[in-house]
Amino acid sequence: MTKRNEPRDYAAGGGLLNRRVLLGAGMAFSAASATGAAAARLEIPEWSQYPGLPMSEYGQPSPHEGHVKRRVLGLYPEGIGDGAGVSFTPLEELEGTVTPNGLFFERHHSGIPEIDPERHELVVHGMVKQPLVFTVGELLSLPKVSRLAFLECAGNSLFNSLAEPQQRSAGEIHGLIGAAEWTGVLLSDVLDLAGVDPSASWVLAEGADAAKQSRSIPLSKVMGGDAMIALYQNGERLRPEQGYPMRLVLPGWQGSMQTKWLRRVKVTDGPTHTKDETSKYSLLQKDGKAQQFTFEMGVKSVITRPSPGVAPTRPGLYQVSGLAWSGAGRVSRVEVSADGGASWADAMLDGPALPKMLTRFRLPWNWDGAPSVLMSRAVDETGAVQPSRAEWYEPWAPGQLYHQNAIQAWALSVNGEVSNVYV
Amino acid sequence: MFMSNFKLCFVFAAMAAFAGAASAQDIGRPITEADVAPWDISVAPDGDTLPAGSGDVQTGAELYAAQCAVCHGETGAEGPADQLVGGVGTLASDAPLKTVGSFWPYATTTFDYVRRAMPYFAPGSLSDDDAYAITAYVLHLNGVVGEGATLDANSLQAITMPNAQGFIDMYASDRE
Repeated sequence: MTKRNEPRDYAAGGGLLNRRVLLGAGMAFSAASATGAAAARLEIPEWSQYPGLPMSEYGQPSPHEGHVKRRVLGLYPEGIGDGAGVSFTPLEELEGTVTPNGLFFERHHSGIPEIDPERHELVVHGMVKQPLVFTVGELLSLPKVSRLAFLECAGNSLFNSLAEPQQRSAGEIHGLIGAAEWTGVLLSDVLDLAGVDPSASWVLAEGADAAKQSRSIPLSKVMGGDAMIALYQNGERLRPEQGYPMRLVLPGWQGSMQTKWLRRVKVTDGPTHTKDETSKYSLLQKDGKAQQFTFEMGVKSVITRPSPGVAPTRPGLYQVSGLAWSGAGRVSRVEVSADGGASWADAMLDGPALPKMLTRFRLPWNWDGAPSVLMSRAVDETGAVQPSRAEWYEPWAPGQLYHQNAIQAWALSVNGEVSNVYV
Repeated sequence: MFMSNFKLCFVFAAMAAFAGAASAQDIGRPITEADVAPWDISVAPDGDTLPAGSGDVQTGAELYAAQCAVCHGETGAEGPADQLVGGVGTLASDAPLKTVGSFWPYATTTFDYVRRAMPYFAPGSLSDDDAYAITAYVLHLNGVVGEGATLDANSLQAITMPNAQGFIDMYASDRE
C-alpha cells in the first residue's frame, strides 16, 4: 500500500507538485496525520451547553479575529496632515478574491469628508449640451450595473522599489489593493443625459474632500462601457473611506483616478494637468524625463501563503496560494517557483479568471524543510509577463516608485520564517 | 463591454420609466456655468479658468510665513511636508528631488493646488489674490520669477516652467 503522504507527481524543483494533485482523492495534507498522538476522548465545550447571543443589527467579525486589521501608515509627522496617508489590506490574512469592506485599503490626500448624502451633489458640466446637477437620490434611481473589479493604488508595492528589501508582511508591501463587486450607474449614461460635445476628449473628475482631489480621464475610458459611478460596494452602500456616497470605478486603471466623494465631472478638450498627474503619479525615467498618463496597472502576482508571518510549521505538504491580476484583462497563467526561479510549475487558477479582477492561484508543495525561495509570475491574456525586479527597474530613475509590479520573492528558512528577498 | 446596443436602448427606455416621467432629461437639474463657478476651480495650462485678481511676491512672502512655513519650512526646503524648492538638476541622479522648481511642468498647477487644497487645515480659505501671491512667492523661491513680480491670469499663464519639456505623454503615444 502507498504511504498516504507520498506525493509522486512533481512539476518543478524544490518540491512543487503538479497542480492536478490537489484535485485527486487521498492526498492528505500533513496536519491531519503527522503527529501520531493518541486521540483523546471528545469534550463538549461550554458554548454548546447554554443558549448563545441574540441577533444583531450589523454583524461583526469574531473577537478572535480582531488581529485582522488594516495597517495604517501616515505620510507626515503626527499633527501635520493626519488625514494624508494609507492603510494596507492585510492580504495574508484573507482568502478568496473579494476584499471585505472594512479591510479594503485606503489612500487619502486630505482625510475622509463627513458627507451628508442629502446635501451632496454631483455636477456634470463643461463641454456638454446642458450642465446638470444630480442628487444622490437621482443617481440611485437610474438603472444600475454591477461588476467585480480590483482597485490598486499606483503606489502599491513601492517598498519593493527601495534599494534594500523591507521586512514587512505581504499586505504591508502589496496591500494597497482590494477587489469588490461594485454597483452603480455607468458614467457614460450620466454624461449622455448632459449631452457630450463631440469635440470633447477628456474629463476632469473631482472629489468633495478637503483637497478636492482631481484627476483627468480620457473620454475613451469614460464612454468605453466599464467606467462607473459606484454607489455600492459588495452589496452595501460605500463606506465613507471608500467615497460615500459615490466614487468613480475605472476597472484596471490607477486607484488615484477612481475619484472618491465624486462631486464634479467637467468635460474638456484636454487634460487639466492636476497636481496628481504631474508632480505625483508620473514615472521618472533614468534620463530624468517623466512618463505621464500611465493609467493601466500592469500584470502582477504575489504569494500570500507562505509569506512573512504565514508559513508551514513543519516539512510536508503545503498549499501555496496567492493573488494575481492585470489591468489589461484576464490573468491567463500563474507560475510558481520554489527554487528561486530556477524552475517553474503552473499553478491552478481558482474559479473563473475574470478580467481586471483578482484571481486566486494555488499549488501543492511538498516542502522538504530546506531553505527555499518562493516566487510567482503572472501572465495576462495580452501575453504580458510579470517582470523580474531587474527587468522592472531597467527604465526607471532610482526614486521611481509607482506601478511596481515586479516578481516578489519570499525566502523560507529551516525554522519556518519567511523574509522578503530580492533575487 | 458591459452592454450590447440592444441593452443600452433598454437602459434608456428604463431610465424614463424609473424616473416616473416622460423623459430621462427629468433626471438632473439644469444649471448654468455661472452657477457652477464656485466649484469650477480647476485650472488647465491654457489658463482659461484663471480668476481675476493678482498678487505679488512680497505679499506672498508674508502669507507664506504665516500659513505655509509651519509645514513646508521657512524657505520651502525644510519640510516636514513636501519640499517645494530645490532639486534642479537632480532628476536623472541617484537622488531625484521633485519640487515645483525642478519638476512641476505648469505654473497653473501650482495656482490650482494652492487655491484648492492649501493651507492643509483650511483649504479654500485663500482669496484669489492670496493664491496669486503665494504662487508668485513659491515660484520666486524657485527662481522662476523675480522678487518684484506680480502675477495675474495673463502673466501666470505665460510662465514657462524649467521642467516643462520633462514629460512624455504615454496616453497620446499609446494612441499614435
